[in-house]
Amino acid sequence: MAHDSHKLAIFRGTLKFKSNQQKIFGVLIFLSFITVIEVVLGILKPESLLKVVAGMKLLNWIFIILTLVKAYYIAWDFMHLRDEKTSFKMSLVLPLLILIPYLAFILLHEGSYIFDVYHTGYIKWDF
Amino acid sequence: MEATVTHADTEGTVWGGGNKPLNATYGKMMIWFFIVSDALTFSGFLVAYGFSRFKFMDTWPIADEVFTHVPFMHGNPQPMIYVAFMTFVLIISSVTMVLAVDAGHKLKQNRVAWYMFATIIGGLVFVGSQAWEWGTFIKGEYGAIETKGGSILQFVNVSEANKQVALGDFALHTETERVQDKANEGIWFESEGALPTYTVSGVVEGFKEHENLRVRTQLLDEHGHKTILSREESLKKLENATYVVEGANLHRNEYGSKLFADFFFFITGFHGFHVFSGVVLNIIIFTNVIVGTYEKRKSYEMVEKVGLYWHFVDLVWVFVFTFFYLV
Repeated sequence: MAHDSHKLAIFRGTLKFKSNQQKIFGVLIFLSFITVIEVVLGILKPESLLKVVAGMKLLNWIFIILTLVKAYYIAWDFMHLRDEKTSFKMSLVLPLLILIPYLAFILLHEGSYIFDVYHTGYIKWDF
Repeated sequence: MEATVTHADTEGTVWGGGNKPLNATYGKMMIWFFIVSDALTFSGFLVAYGFSRFKFMDTWPIADEVFTHVPFMHGNPQPMIYVAFMTFVLIISSVTMVLAVDAGHKLKQNRVAWYMFATIIGGLVFVGSQAWEWGTFIKGEYGAIETKGGSILQFVNVSEANKQVALGDFALHTETERVQDKANEGIWFESEGALPTYTVSGVVEGFKEHENLRVRTQLLDEHGHKTILSREESLKKLENATYVVEGANLHRNEYGSKLFADFFFFITGFHGFHVFSGVVLNIIIFTNVIVGTYEKRKSYEMVEKVGLYWHFVDLVWVFVFTFFYLV
């Protein structure tokens, strides 16, 4: 094994750690911070964030973006993808980045279409 | 390796198999490809949840009003707190796992063992918390009425700031009008679980006696709150009452849309099963660490591989947390 070639900088190199252990705790603090923000926003639900932007509430956009940020740091630092070769990273991440948004787009679009049919048609809503 | 493997003269050539284009061992690559496919499975579930939710956009239950239970704080609704706790447990156990992998790189057997032990404890706490949450979800708190059309009616008290009221607080105990279906009488292949505590007529009569009660429908208004009907409308709605719903099962639940409970059981159940199998794998690797298998091998890569799986479980929970509890 014996490869100690960890990349110790996060946030595009602005935050450098002295050892891998320190980096792990740094990422833990960052992830906890994001989770706290999510939970506080989820409890308070500030009125100003409830307006709809690009088809969804602003608050929901914030939640989804924060989730993706968290996922990035879990994959890159906890699953140490940061230390892998770019070709390996991409062969794992690209299929997901292509397929999941595609699937989500199709099914959510279809879901809102069915909603419209129920809403404007004469079909009782749950069966 | 060098001593036992005979190298053909393909060594070093790109297409001869001599180099490692991805620079990862076979096992590590395979656990990663498993993780990618499992991620697609989970995204399939979550997108299916999104599909059903978009389909019933204006009537879907509000998660904040459903998951409000915290142990030892009965009757004191605290949205989000318990799930946030579960999220932290999983993140912390992820960190102890990375620390175990890190200690493995440095070939420190004792530290690997202790960090893995902490990870296992974290996993067990998480699975236990989930079991508790399932328990409260299945048991339910307030109870509701299902109408002929299949929608759920809940009850609120207007003199207490529209707080939801449990059926037990107002329903009358009438003689039951339904006989429990059993396999040995009636139709032989049909039987049912325990009958609800209250009868439909008991609930409706009790509702009529309490002037300050109103029916709350599933319909969301423009502010995202559930619609509360007037007294007359409430009584009119209750004419269609056909079923008393208490708690949740795969057929109906007191929280609203039937699919809501189905997805809750399926997605959190599938994730919980992953956590459970992760704990089992961790215990196996933990045992190997203790007996010194990897010390002899001078490589702790198995810890790394099971660690990847464990982080993946954490990763999935981050998404389940967002899409089931936050959004």
